[in-house]
Amino acid sequence: MRALDRKLVRDLVRLRGQVVTIALVVAAGISAWVCLRSTYESLLATRDADYASGRFGHVFCRLVRAPARVEAELSRIEGVERVYPRLVERGLLPLASSPEPAVAEVVSLPIEGEAPLNHVHVVSGRLPHPGRGDEVLLLEAFASRQGIGLGSRLSWVLEGRRRVCTVVGIAVSPEYVFATTEGALEAEGRSAVLWMARDALAAATDKAGVFDDVVLQLGPHASERAVIAEVDRRLAPYGGRGAFGRSRQPSNALIDGELVQLRAFSTVAPLLFLAVAAFLVHLVLGRLVNLQRGQVAALKALGYRDREVAQHYLALVSVVVSLGAVIGVASGAWLGRGMLALYLEFFRFSEVRERLSAPVVLVGVLGSLGAALVGAGQTVRRIAALPPAEAMRPEAPTEYRLSWFSAGPLGRLVPTSGRMVLRELERHPIRACLSSFGIALGIAVVIVGWFGRDALEALIAHQFERSMREDLEVRFLGPRPARVVRTFGAMPGVLRAEGGREVPGRVRSGARVRDVRVVGHPAGATLRALLDADGAPVRVPSGGALLTGKLAEVLGVSVGDVVELELVEGAHPVRWVSVTGAVEEPYGLALHLTTHDLDVLLREQHRVTSVWLRVDPWALGAVRRRLATLPGVFSVTRRTALVAHFRAQTGRTMGTTTFVLTLFAAVIAAGVVYNHARVALSLRARDLASLRVLGFTRGEISSVLLGELSVHGLLAIPIGAWLGARFAQAVLATVDAERYRLSASVSRSTYAFAITVTLAAGLFSALLVRRRLDRLDLLAVLKARE
Amino acid sequence: MLEGRGLTKVYRMGEVEVHALRGVDLALREGEFTVLVGASGSGKSTLLNILGGLDVPSGGQLLHRGRPLTHAGEAERTRFRRDHVGFVFQFYNLIPSLTARENVQLVTDIARDPMEAREALEMVGLGARMDHFPSQLSGGEQQRVAIARAVAKRPEILLCDEPTGALDVKTGIVVLEVLETVHATLGTTTCIITHNAPIASLADRVITLSDGRIEREVRNAERARARDLKW
Ligand SMILES: Nc1ncnc2c1ncn2[C@@H]1O[C@H](COP(=O)(O)OP(=O)(O)OP(=O)(O)O)[C@@H](O)[C@H]1O
Ligand SMILES: [Mg+2]
Repeated sequence: MRALDRKLVRDLVRLRGQVVTIALVVAAGISAWVCLRSTYESLLATRDADYASGRFGHVFCRLVRAPARVEAELSRIEGVERVYPRLVERGLLPLASSPEPAVAEVVSLPIEGEAPLNHVHVVSGRLPHPGRGDEVLLLEAFASRQGIGLGSRLSWVLEGRRRVCTVVGIAVSPEYVFATTEGALEAEGRSAVLWMARDALAAATDKAGVFDDVVLQLGPHASERAVIAEVDRRLAPYGGRGAFGRSRQPSNALIDGELVQLRAFSTVAPLLFLAVAAFLVHLVLGRLVNLQRGQVAALKALGYRDREVAQHYLALVSVVVSLGAVIGVASGAWLGRGMLALYLEFFRFSEVRERLSAPVVLVGVLGSLGAALVGAGQTVRRIAALPPAEAMRPEAPTEYRLSWFSAGPLGRLVPTSGRMVLRELERHPIRACLSSFGIALGIAVVIVGWFGRDALEALIAHQFERSMREDLEVRFLGPRPARVVRTFGAMPGVLRAEGGREVPGRVRSGARVRDVRVVGHPAGATLRALLDADGAPVRVPSGGALLTGKLAEVLGVSVGDVVELELVEGAHPVRWVSVTGAVEEPYGLALHLTTHDLDVLLREQHRVTSVWLRVDPWALGAVRRRLATLPGVFSVTRRTALVAHFRAQTGRTMGTTTFVLTLFAAVIAAGVVYNHARVALSLRARDLASLRVLGFTRGEISSVLLGELSVHGLLAIPIGAWLGARFAQAVLATVDAERYRLSASVSRSTYAFAITVTLAAGLFSALLVRRRLDRLDLLAVLKARE
Repeated sequence: MLEGRGLTKVYRMGEVEVHALRGVDLALREGEFTVLVGASGSGKSTLLNILGGLDVPSGGQLLHRGRPLTHAGEAERTRFRRDHVGFVFQFYNLIPSLTARENVQLVTDIARDPMEAREALEMVGLGARMDHFPSQLSGGEQQRVAIARAVAKRPEILLCDEPTGALDVKTGIVVLEVLETVHATLGTTTCIITHNAPIASLADRVITLSDGRIEREVRNAERARARDLKW
């Protein structure tokens, strides 16, 4: 081994604490990248494979009923490659666990062969036999959640009639990867899907020779928008309910949202970590070379080339990065598997493709190597610039100046150790700033990990607490006469009942078109509040419509403008509506009218699609049981259950991400503080040892070092809070604002938590260094000229 | 063998110019033992650094065996140092994380025809302390390691800046004896800077610098032995 390599090994051993902490920061970066990216790629590959093998359609449309011949008409639309007409019905499935039944979608299966589109993949058991109305396939997610096995007897309600069937198979399907039925955000765990032979289902619903749902496959160059418009035009006479693409298909939309979020996190978080790693390498290597100026000069004087000396120090960096890379890739792969498993708990695919691609690993390793080299760059330049004649000169005493502060009357009030801290800060303001910045990055990372909860809570407060004020929401299978509102209001225990109408619509302004919900609000409504941008309630005015703020923005309209509204129901009437204002809603795009105005637009008698109820708490159970048995009721939802479910569903993946990010942030903060403290210690070991010789106590000298670190920590707080909020905004910017509008305001408790965790990690590592200070070998320090 | 003609060196510190050398002509002859003396700040170290290729002159010429080094780049000067020059620094400049032997190996690793590290250390009388770290050696011992490191490559030229500066008389004499032995056994051209007038009697030639110029040059008819020195 060459002597220079031996020096490398000894330096590595001597600097092991720093080597390990920097390697851990590098590992955190690579790990975050590998974990999130491999989860993203696995999920994407799994979804794509599942959609391809399951022939998932591109355009979907529900309708009232159309004769079989319409199929041929649809297949003639340009761009359409395949048409699959079928029956999809609504059923109710009573559950032992709650008074409300599960909402079931009942889908027809072809009598012979496989479905041409939206395949059903039988996991166990078999397909129902043709003609057998008492045999069904059950969605796996629902079956496993409810503990329903093969061969179980299911009792359920279709078209108001009670039926008993046997579960002959358990299945998954690309259209129900995430078990959710249309418009039922709340129904996870209560969303069931049943498949039945087509003839049996047609017989049960009196729909022989007709279809009420259609799936289309498009050619590679087809325009989805044009196809949707054409499908709507052709299905309008048959009660078409508005065609939509994959982006609005409930299960797919959820997976898409998750993928977008993963991709955003998988770039933002690792970039942050790599920046920190680069910064730490810069800090430590720079100061190491500073400490070893004499050695560098001596090596050069002895005839070592600049390149050789630089390589010697870069080798040190490479060892650190390699160590970090090994830990990072291994832990990232492991965490990625765990994360994927979490997703697969509620995304059910026919087959899972786990991906840990070589490019991902390579990019991670090269990225961190690059970051480290960037961090090392300045130092290497400094090595090259250092004149070898330096070796002949004694160490120049460092320059201290008296500043107005420490020399002034104020300075005299500060004890000697405090003055040493102040002078150090005055003399190396940049060093102090960099160190604070490093700790600040730690705080920012925790904020990025946690602000998602804040956004979620803000959404919940807005939507579920201030906007929705009912106890129960009852939805009907189709529009019902308005008198049901009075009937419900008369039920014992019901304090107030209000009925609303919701119709799918399409708004146009110039060339801009958006699919929206058109919501009719009863006069004097109190149970559903609309809020303006400041959170103040807004009354729905008559003679015009309130638009979701984002909708007004994308359409480019403001108060007083007129928009074209197509009501996607019945004969698809097209009307003109004037805009009277904007409201703030956390998700979706909607247009709000009074029920009266909506009736006028529809040219209909007053009818309702849902009823909101305020119920006496003691009567809640009885009311729920009563409502569940009523005919025509599609779902009954408790607001509190909805909130709980919403929290649980988003909380699980978020919980993992935040835990991992918090851990990483602690690693960063510890890394920054530890390295800074070690470097400060070695830079000033001589001064501190001299102080000890002069009679200062251990406590006094460590207060010099710890005092300096505390100042860095304090400075880091505002910087970290500010950075964290900016990063949170950057992450939110990747969310599709037309779907979700989350607020990037970080809560006080998140700030407090982030600051506490980071400073605690910092304090811990500062104390580690303090122990070293306590054991400072006075003689060795004073003798060695390092 | 190594010749400087009209060497000047100006340090610029902001507005102030320090003329460290104001035109020095000096030739070191093969196998010669030269001593540089002069008041503090007279430019001795500056001259030695330029002669050894550690620094570049502001003006004048430097020739090594007739080949000009003045306009050589850093790479060529590094080669020159690596192949021909051995340095002994006043402050030893040993690598603290390497043992005595490894500090010497630092040089033998890159030299063209080096001696064994052990041999070099035995030459300075430290054969028994080879595996000790600098922090385990006294100042004089560290200086001897530095000398072993300088001579291990069998340099043509050995340049020492105050090799005894930090040492007491007894240790200083031991170090000078080592330099004497090296000079005698290897025939190395040697140039030593010192503040101690008595050391000048060891030299073939004594050059006195004053304010950046050569003030005086004296040839000793007879060279004294290090062990007879007193100061
Ligand atoms: N890097 C430098 N920058 C500015 N001035 C310098 C530098 N190095 C040396 N000098 C100046 O050049 C002059 C000559 O310095 P040099 O180190 O050669 O003196 P010296 O004869 O070796 O003195 P000493 O016996 O004290 O070591 C001095 O005035 C010194 O202040
Ligand atoms: Mg000098």
